[in-house]
Amino acid sequence: MKDQNTTMRGIAVSDLVKETGAFKAKGCRLVQIGCTGIGDAYEINYTFDKDYVFETVRITVHDGDVIPSIAEHYWASFIYENEIHDLYGLTVEGMSIDFGGHLFHTAIENPFKNPPEVTKVEKETPAPGPEEGDA
Amino acid sequence: MGLFTMTKRALANVIGKPATLMYPVKPAKQFERSRGMLEITIEDCIYCGLCSRHCPADAIVVSKDDRTWQVDRLRCIICAQCVDVCPKTCLRLVPEYKKSVAEPPFVDFFQGPPAPPKPEKKAKEE
Amino acid sequence: MGRQIVVPFGPQHPVLPEPIHLDLVLEDEVVVEAVPSIGYIHRGLEKLVEKREYTDYIRIAERICGICSFTHSVNYAESVEKVMGLEVPARAHYIRTILMEYSRMHSHMLWLGLTADAMGFENLFMNSWRIREAILDDMEMATGGRVIQGLCTVGGIRKDVPDEMLGQMSDHLKEITPQMEELCKIFSHDTSVRHRMRGLGVLTKEEMWELGGVGPTARGSNLPLDARCTGYSAYDELGFKPVVEKEGDCLARCIVRARELMAAADLVHAAVKKMPDGPVDVGKIKGGPDGEAFFFTEQPRGEVLHYVKGNGSKYLVRHRVRTPTFANIPPLVKMLAGVDLADVPVVVLTIDPCIGCMER
Repeated sequence: MKDQNTTMRGIAVSDLVKETGAFKAKGCRLVQIGCTGIGDAYEINYTFDKDYVFETVRITVHDGDVIPSIAEHYWASFIYENEIHDLYGLTVEGMSIDFGGHLFHTAIENPFKNPPEVTKVEKETPAPGPEEGDA
Repeated sequence: MGLFTMTKRALANVIGKPATLMYPVKPAKQFERSRGMLEITIEDCIYCGLCSRHCPADAIVVSKDDRTWQVDRLRCIICAQCVDVCPKTCLRLVPEYKKSVAEPPFVDFFQGPPAPPKPEKKAKEE
Repeated sequence: MGRQIVVPFGPQHPVLPEPIHLDLVLEDEVVVEAVPSIGYIHRGLEKLVEKREYTDYIRIAERICGICSFTHSVNYAESVEKVMGLEVPARAHYIRTILMEYSRMHSHMLWLGLTADAMGFENLFMNSWRIREAILDDMEMATGGRVIQGLCTVGGIRKDVPDEMLGQMSDHLKEITPQMEELCKIFSHDTSVRHRMRGLGVLTKEEMWELGGVGPTARGSNLPLDARCTGYSAYDELGFKPVVEKEGDCLARCIVRARELMAAADLVHAAVKKMPDGPVDVGKIKGGPDGEAFFFTEQPRGEVLHYVKGNGSKYLVRHRVRTPTFANIPPLVKMLAGVDLADVPVVVLTIDPCIGCMER
């Protein structure tokens, strides 16, 4: 059992495209972009990999912020950026393919941003059948 | 060469046994560890409700007052999480599957025996 | 220059077991552009992590995918163990590895069968699914489930698989190995398979790297990208080398999967031989995970990533899964440009799309 080599550091939103360019120049592959809600803000993790060294940079954004797209360096980022847009309702600028909110068809708009009110419904006790109490 | 391989395969298919089981006639393969369905020994149950709290599918409802335990067979995903947490080990998984039914009830309802006389209030009888 | 028309492909299509929609822009018979859209079976499993205790959630994590279920549960368990700093006993790691390889074999055989079916090669389809049945039976014997094993848990495995049973499994595997070799030979040498797949949907190594393809899709383009090289579970002790093919077309992706069957069987034999003794779990776990971790494993379909974040309570704050199919969508879009409409089903199938896991 070997430990996996993963590192994480935070960067400013304005540095994102520059940092991504640096990863691209190093010959890294885009592994994923993932968003996490933390109270009133969102953390977005960009993971890059070269020779199984997984480096993650993190930006922290708030509702209404515009996130620059990294499509100029990684064309394939559109799938993750559209996911963030559809699930969290954040605006990503300059995506290579913009689905306009139609990548994920969800019943509620931006379900991870405004989770629906869940009311617990009391389960109906079924009318005990004829074989009631067949212990 | 190709023809030879083909003939061999064709002969093997004609003479050999079918790869499938004749299912309703022969029972499906089941092993000792197979997870078939959830069963309870209701006499041992203490109605603690741990199984219902740990059920990932919300399939189990336990009522301490009524001394009942019920499982929704359509919701149950047979993950055995309840079997793991049960403090009295009165829950178990058996390899046989639940027989299919055409109409409700899909919820299996178990009424426990009345509480031992002294403590608590009397169990509800229906 | 012909007129451009848009043909919808999916969400219901005979080759697709699960719904994905592609808008194919055609010029005569040739695809110019493909625009994917998903979300037909978004189940919100990632959100459910906030409502279930982290030890119970592994049962849901396992059900993210119906085929690569065991790898999902191992990945979730490993990431929680990484956060909590749990040292899992070696025997648990070995048994996890064996079952991961078993699920790889069964998934690849399922896929090879489906591909043969998509080509109209019904015999080959039945043949590979018949061999797969032996693998499924062994998995049910060892764990209790044919496709949802339910054996893995946070801190180890739930029930030890005794040595006799492992020996039995290894013997069964030896019995079906000649059949798997024959299957591999058919996929790499048969004329009808070659005619259907050779030179279709070619992506070079550089393009694949750029597009972030993973798993057998990437390895078919000579890109030796395999998360097993990071040596999680017992892979670092078993001597493992990724299987790669050079051509980068559909046939190469197919042969990679067929050859991985044998590689997986070898790994199982090596693991059974080296199986250590000892406990299989860490016993009772106290407290909740506090912190965050990424963990990568190699699914049958490619590299999968789980990200968990906890705040010390019994409920995790966030669980994110990036499944291989999600990463393979951009390569698919590039692959489809330039193929004939009639070849689209085969090309779509060669990335082994698993939409259920893609949308969680």
